[in-house]
Amino acid sequence: MRTARVEGPLSLHPVLATILKRLGLGLITLFFVSIIIFSSINLLPGDFGEAVLGQAATEETVAAFRRELGLDQPAVVRYFDWIGGVVQGDLGTSFSGRASSGIDRSRSVAELIGPRLENTLFLAALTAVIAVPLALFLGITAALWRNTWYDKSASVTTLTTISFPEFFVAYILILLLGTLWPVFPSLANVQEDMTLGQRVYASILPALTLTLVIVAHMMRMTRAAIINLLASPYIEMARLKGESPRRVILKHALPNAWAPIATVIAFNLAYLVVGVVVVEVVFVYPGVGQLMVDAVSSRDIPVVQACALFFASAYILLNLLADVIGIVTNPRLLHPK
Amino acid sequence: MSDSAQYSAAAEVGQVRTRRSRWERTWIELKKAPFTAWIGMAIIAFYLILAVFAPLIAPHGEAEVFAVPFAPWSGEHLLGTDQIGRDIFSRLIYGARNTIGIALATTFLAFLIGGGLGLVAAINRSWLDQLISRGVDVFMAIPSLIFALMLLSIFGASAWSLIVIIALIDSTRVFRLTRAVAVNVAVMDYVEAARLRGEGLGWVMRREILPNIMPPLVAEFGLRFCFVFLTIASLSFLGVGIQPPTADWGSMVRETAQLIQFAQFDIRAAFTPLIPAAAIALITVGVNFLVDWFLQKSSGLRDVK
Repeated sequence: MRTARVEGPLSLHPVLATILKRLGLGLITLFFVSIIIFSSINLLPGDFGEAVLGQAATEETVAAFRRELGLDQPAVVRYFDWIGGVVQGDLGTSFSGRASSGIDRSRSVAELIGPRLENTLFLAALTAVIAVPLALFLGITAALWRNTWYDKSASVTTLTTISFPEFFVAYILILLLGTLWPVFPSLANVQEDMTLGQRVYASILPALTLTLVIVAHMMRMTRAAIINLLASPYIEMARLKGESPRRVILKHALPNAWAPIATVIAFNLAYLVVGVVVVEVVFVYPGVGQLMVDAVSSRDIPVVQACALFFASAYILLNLLADVIGIVTNPRLLHPK
Repeated sequence: MSDSAQYSAAAEVGQVRTRRSRWERTWIELKKAPFTAWIGMAIIAFYLILAVFAPLIAPHGEAEVFAVPFAPWSGEHLLGTDQIGRDIFSRLIYGARNTIGIALATTFLAFLIGGGLGLVAAINRSWLDQLISRGVDVFMAIPSLIFALMLLSIFGASAWSLIVIIALIDSTRVFRLTRAVAVNVAVMDYVEAARLRGEGLGWVMRREILPNIMPPLVAEFGLRFCFVFLTIASLSFLGVGIQPPTADWGSMVRETAQLIQFAQFDIRAAFTPLIPAAAIALITVGVNFLVDWFLQKSSGLRDVK
């Protein structure tokens, strides 16, 4: 911070400097994570070509396959080839669809992932739109009416749903809203030519499942963030001035609680991106998570790598966002001494 | 003491005070435990009994196949049979053994690796600490379920690769916590004294630091166990975890999930896939209750001091 001041007019605002530092660290993390994901292919057992192409594959086909993967080149060269391709949207070719005869019906990974990426992001966005306002409302009201039956029942309910595996919540919802009282489809059959309304209707149950899973954590943290502040002297001051409890919380406590709340929301959205995997499988939702699980079962490594890279980057970026929001919304950091 | 006809104050004062035995002290603590902690303990004891005595309790074998697949609930098959005709009630009981066993083994391994490295890093505080800590930072940036899926696709799904992979992934979290709490203890004078009198790394780790960081580690063990348990259940549910014919709750949910569609004709059939899922939820709730009490107790003692 001192060097920044010495530089005079060119100096960076300390908040900006901190943010840039975080972004830099995030990029470095992303770089190392991509190395880890990439190196996974080097851990494959030697006879992998045969496993993909089938027992009947000739030696030439296997050799050609290995050459295509670039296994005859040094790892460093292959890494930069791969990451260069990823940056340009070329994620390699899927292993499935290859035959021992050398006929190649495999599809490019980008082609496989593209439409599914859109579906997954749609599901995550829909969940966020439902979950975030709901969690904020529940958290603030629980802090407002703390230690009442409302607060206590909310606390018990959220503690229980935190311990439930996603698929348990999902099947309970299917049982109640899909079969016993069939108002929503229990299979999320999302097509490309659907209107927005049809899409929302088809994916409402997966979105509700994810909402139930993440609302609990967000609500508890919102409540805790506000209650933590209630012991501060300035809150006591506001109370002594004779302000109503609602005004104390909304006008005095909430502005200072935004930073931890925003951090928790971004962190939960990062969790959401990962949580979609199980939920997508339950509802047969055509998203990246389901693609990844299928690829893991058939050991289709390029697809697994691409999906892992997508999930890891989304996770890292959202956590980074949580950090940055935490810095920006902290009023104390905005006014350097 | 036998002829206590005559009371003597001197005798009472002179009486040797015996320290309460370990069991008495445990019992006194237990009597003070809140209701939720008792529920937690009852749940865990129930699961452990199921796991240990599975072959004695289960009416049928783990992989015994009967003639009728998807049989309804009856006296012969309490919860019916699954898609190839195995008794679901028996598989549920055997599932306790397999799922809990694998989750426990994984958690122990994670603590062995993560805890050991964490202690070494906290004592060492040099380039080694830096190296491990930065490495752990990078590994923790990858969501654990995704990382596990990726590694499983490479090494193939089997019980052993499952244990090792999940343990390695979770050991990063254990490492963080162990290092964070051990760093505060490692700078204490008595640790310095032990080093000056020439004790080795193993002694300092085990005898000087470990006893002082036990409470957070024990609580973390419970929570970590829940997390590992849920991860393994999720992976099995996705079909890449514990492989058939081994019975486990995650894959049982998946195998019988289609029965939910028949809820309007046979409500009991629709409950079949929910029972193993509820079994998973119940044990996590139980462990959480117990950990909650333990945390309250260990932090409460600190307040008294």
